[in-house]
Order: sequence, then structure tokens, then C-alpha cells
Amino acid sequence: MTEFFANLHPVILGLLKGLAVICVIFPIAGACSMAERKVSAWLQGRYGPNRVIVPWFAWIPFLGRGLQRLGVFNLLADGGKLLFKEDPLPGHVNKFYFMIAPGIAMIPAFTTVAVVPFGAYLDAAGRVVPLMLANVDVGLLAVFAIASLGIYSMILAGWASNSKYPFLGSVRASAQLISYELSLTISVLPVFLLINRPGMPATLSLVEVVQQQSGVFPSWHGLWLVFVMPVSALIFLVALFAETNRLPFDMIESEADLVGGFHTEYGSFKWSLFFVAEYSHMTVGSGVFVLLFFGGWNPLPWVPLATVVHWLGLQGWPVLVGAISIVIFLAKVLFMIFFFMWVRWTVPRFRYDQVMRIGWRGLLPLSLLNLVVYALVIALLQKAG
Amino acid sequence: MAVIHVERKPLTFAERTYLPQVFGGLLITLKHFFAPRVTLEYPEQRPEISPGYRGVPTLVKDPNGREKCVSCQLCEFVCPPKAIRITPGEIPADAPAAHVEKAPLEFEINMLRCIYCGLCEEVCPEEAIVLQNVYSLCGYSRDELVNNKEKLYELGGTLPDRHFKWDKKKEAAGHGNAHA
Repeated sequence: MTEFFANLHPVILGLLKGLAVICVIFPIAGACSMAERKVSAWLQGRYGPNRVIVPWFAWIPFLGRGLQRLGVFNLLADGGKLLFKEDPLPGHVNKFYFMIAPGIAMIPAFTTVAVVPFGAYLDAAGRVVPLMLANVDVGLLAVFAIASLGIYSMILAGWASNSKYPFLGSVRASAQLISYELSLTISVLPVFLLINRPGMPATLSLVEVVQQQSGVFPSWHGLWLVFVMPVSALIFLVALFAETNRLPFDMIESEADLVGGFHTEYGSFKWSLFFVAEYSHMTVGSGVFVLLFFGGWNPLPWVPLATVVHWLGLQGWPVLVGAISIVIFLAKVLFMIFFFMWVRWTVPRFRYDQVMRIGWRGLLPLSLLNLVVYALVIALLQKAG
Repeated sequence: MAVIHVERKPLTFAERTYLPQVFGGLLITLKHFFAPRVTLEYPEQRPEISPGYRGVPTLVKDPNGREKCVSCQLCEFVCPPKAIRITPGEIPADAPAAHVEKAPLEFEINMLRCIYCGLCEEVCPEEAIVLQNVYSLCGYSRDELVNNKEKLYELGGTLPDRHFKWDKKKEAAGHGNAHA
């Protein structure tokens, strides 16, 4: 089985892997829309959607009822509705750009997945081999480069809609994303200062970051970077909220003052594409955050994947190890997505000037200071060690 | 009026970072996450209707099963949206309730007009029309939502009062309306 896949043509293998990853990320992004409704309900003391059920499922004892109460079929109903609803095209829009904007939203959202490792297995020699679609050296840089293209879809959507609220939304969005991208990038520099040592080939690979966090107890390598660099993690997280346009930085939609922001003129399937893109961004962003600061596929601090494999005696089972690592990683990512929603249903939105002030006068100086301090400390440590 | 000067303290550093407040808020919402739900799942669970609730107006009978309405038409006159229409009728001389003045031949309340103000109940000298606890009313057509006499008595049931006003009146008439 494993050999059959290993002997496939690389292009076909890549296509298969890509399809497999899309088949995971797309349902997650879709399910997030239902999770959002359920989490908001639970946080507010409500039940959330729990009525829809497919008749055949009602015959299954417990499971059918449980899925109904979880709102799983509401998700299908939502999807069906958005798919079959009339898709109006307003007369005043620039039709070409209006049509392609949702597609452009999807492309960077799904492309970033290619360079994010989502699991690992141990090969015969006991080395950790990451599971990812494209193990590129630029790693995180590729994520940043592609993810920031997502803003073009919002600018296009806002501009092509040819009405003032979408336009204001997209202008705000572009200003906000540019402001927070700076802090986002600078906040992760200490991480790469730490893993790049003199005399070794330079790397920006996320796999190396996880390796850094895969030590066993006495070594501080086992400590997840969130404990080593809490300020970096905090800045990254806040900037991530802004980059994914989640509350409290929901400038781009701001239902209260901009109707719906950039997607005011959109409806049915095109509108839902924007949402799938937003949730994919969230998923990938959470994934990168988990890889950088929360130990990736290592279950606990000082308990790396290799140790767990050793305990369970799974050395000869790379597929099983890979599955375990993916489950661990996905669990962390899903918790992060829950955290995104938790914050959204807790804090109100910042005012636009507050967003700008936090970005330029709060996070940016803080991230610069953080960078300088860690650069000094790391330089001293490397000199001493 | 005295002017009260409220001292507005400048925000502390911790407050200006927003973070303690955000984490406090997260704890509050987390508490609600685990707290019991407050939602009433409507069709299965029904709200408790308090006494004095003004639901759908109905007609009631007395414990002897006699219709209490004497078609005086006061409710029809008082009804602000003119939802009530009464056709007064005679009571046949051989009926058990022949001593009662009148009875409605037809009594219609148009629930599309009714505003549930309860003035009909207030004005009724016979306590014959009562707004009870029926709160969910629907129909497929306009005609369905005009409650006729039969429907109104079906909804209303019996009012277990012990007045027996007309029986006492008949009894009093029996011995010359003398004060007891």
C-alpha cells in the first residue's frame, strides 16, 4: 500500500495529497460557520441551531439525535440554501471584477495550506519527516507572502461593488492589514533568530521551528516557544486577529456602521465563498500559530512526538504515527479556532482610530523592542554557549 | 439642579493594554459556556402563563352549562378595533334558560382585528367573555381566523363561578321580588 503510493508519478502524488488536504480544510472551513453559530450560542446561554434533521438519521438511536442537537444538518441546509439561492448581480457593479473577487479570495486561502506542515512521522532511522505538500525553504515567508494577497479580493470586491459602504470597508481593510502585517512579521523574527545558529544553513522553515520545540525534559528545547517568547506570541496572536479580520478587529465588515462592509452587495454562493476564505485564513493562521509557539504536533511541552511513539511502540508504523500527529495538530488548531470565536463573542469591536493606534503606536514599537531584546539575549547566549 | 462633577480617572496602564479586561471578559463568557442554558425550547416546552394573561377572547358557560352571554352588545360597542359582531337572538319559551333575557344568535370575533386589549372582558356585565391563556393562534385563511360562537364556546369552556344571577332573579320573582 505504502509502496504503491511511493511509486506513483510525483505529479499524481502531489495532486492526490493536495486533494486530501483540500478535503480536510474545506469541510473545516465550512464547519466553522456552524461552529461559529454554536459557540456564540453556548457562550450566550443558548442552544444554537438544533432542529434540522434528515429523516433517515432520526432512526439512528442517540447518534442521529446527537448530530441534530449539534446542528450538523443545519450546516447542510445552510450550504444547500447558499448553493441554490438566486445569485443576483447588481446593475451598478463592475461585473468582471465583481465576479472574480470571491474566487481571488479563495486562491490565497487555499494556497497557503501547501506550505504549512500539518503532521510528521518517523522514518526508519528515527528521524522526524514532516507531512506537508511543499517543503519549501522559505516556509513562513511563503505563508506571509500568499496570505497577504487575500486582501486583494476584498479591495476588488469593495471597489467593484461601486457603492460607498463596500468601498469604505475595503479601504479600512487595506489600511488595517498593512498596519498589522508589520508587527506580525517582526514578532516572529526572534523565533528565527533562535533557530538559525551561526555556521548552519539559514532556514525559515516551520518544520525547524517545531524541531526546536521537540526536546525532552532537562533541555529547554522541549519548552514550547510561547513560554520562551510570550511577548512574541501575544503580538503574533493579536496581529493574527487583525489579519484574519476577526473581532475585535472586524473593521472590514463592521455590520454596525458599514452594513456588511466589502460584501454588502454580495449574495448567496459568492458571499459564502468569502466566508469560506475567511475561515480558511483562520485555520491556516491558527495552524501557523500552533507551529510557531505551541509545539506543532508535539502533544505536551517536553513530550515530543518521538517520545510518544516510543512509549506506544509504534516505530514501525509510519502511517499510524502520521495520523496521530495530524490528530494532535488538528486538535490544537481547532482549539485555536474556538479561541478565535470565543474572543469574537466576548469583546466588542474597536473603533477604527483605536485599531490604528493599537497597530502603529502599540504593537509595532512593542514588536521592535521585543526583537531588539531577543536579538541581544540570543547573541549573548550563543556567544556564551 | 445641582451639578455633580464626576471625576473621570485616567486609565491605568493595565487598562490601556486592554488585555486584563479582555481576559476578564473571556472568563465571563466561559462561565456562561458551562452554565445551564436559558433557552425555552418552545414547541416542546411551553412558557408558564401568568394569571390575568390576556390571550384569545372566549365565551364561557356557567356551571349549569348555560351560555352566559345575554347579547347586550356592550362588548361590541366598546371594542376599539370593532372586532366583535353580535347577532342578538331570542331564547325559546320552552328552553330551560327561558328566564334569561336574551342569548346571542351568532357571536363572531375577528381575530385579525382583535388587539387583545381586554376591554370586552372589563365591560361585560355577565362575565361572559373572558380573555384566557390561548396565545398561539394561526390559520390558513382569513375566514378561519374569525371565531364564531361555536368556536368561542369550545375555547372558553365553563367559568366555575357561583353567581347564578338569573336563577336567583327567577327565584326572587317567584316570591314577589321581596327583599330577603
